[in-house]
Amino acid sequence: MSEAPDLPLWAALLVSVLVLLGAVIALIGSIGLLRLPDFYSRVHAPSLGATVGAGCLLVGSMICFSVLQGRMLVHELLIALFLTITTPVTLMLLARAALHRDRVERNGDAPERDPEPIDIA
Amino acid sequence: MSLIRRVLPFPLMFLALVVMWLLLKQSVAPGTVLFGALVAFGGTWAMVALDPPPARLRRPRAVLQLAGRVFIDVFRSNLAVGRIILGEAERRTHAGFMSLRLEMTDRYGLAVLAIILTCTPGTQWVSYDPSRGTLLLHVLDLVDELEWAELIKLRYEVLLREIFE
Repeated sequence: MSEAPDLPLWAALLVSVLVLLGAVIALIGSIGLLRLPDFYSRVHAPSLGATVGAGCLLVGSMICFSVLQGRMLVHELLIALFLTITTPVTLMLLARAALHRDRVERNGDAPERDPEPIDIA
Repeated sequence: MSLIRRVLPFPLMFLALVVMWLLLKQSVAPGTVLFGALVAFGGTWAMVALDPPPARLRRPRAVLQLAGRVFIDVFRSNLAVGRIILGEAERRTHAGFMSLRLEMTDRYGLAVLAIILTCTPGTQWVSYDPSRGTLLLHVLDLVDELEWAELIKLRYEVLLREIFE
């Protein structure tokens, strides 16, 4: 980042706050992987980093490079878009594979059959 | 209209692909636009081979409303899950499975619902049974099942059905 000193103070502050915030949120997600008790609960943790965590980093990146180059650079939107539409695929696959395994093994980690569905009129 | 469709089977997708190309290249030079159009042209025709069921987006106001709700909920649920992770160990023991019946059958609507539920940490889409119309979820903070069912049905499903059905 040889260009970093060219960033005006307000932008530098804003970008560093956003990047730090995004990193902290992703870190909390990773701590969740460590602290949550079972597989299905752990699946929830990385979503923190993939949603608001990634969002903060991407907005920070947009501001940083837009200011440095003096024009709107918003191609980070594509990263956000692809992240949003691809994470569910992986997480769903993992959850279903785990459910299948637990039901075949009958190890008590997952319910034998689906709970009775809730109806709301 | 039919003439456009014969050349461009999915005009909206064509447009979206061109915009994606321009964003990737970060320029609107004529050469980039032309090449982007070529890529999008190939992309839309490749899509024809997959033969997707027709999708129609209705009620743009509902789309905006849904986007707003999801945007708020993403922050709210991030905060909630962050608290559960960093809080006392007891708070991490309320996770569990629940199931609810969905009235929506549209595949695109279900896909968007899956994205919403995954993007809001705390709810995880596990499996959907199309024959019974039931959705199995894993919820990190399963204190009141009814509350979650109401959230999904009244806050998301109603709008999704307006948009896709």
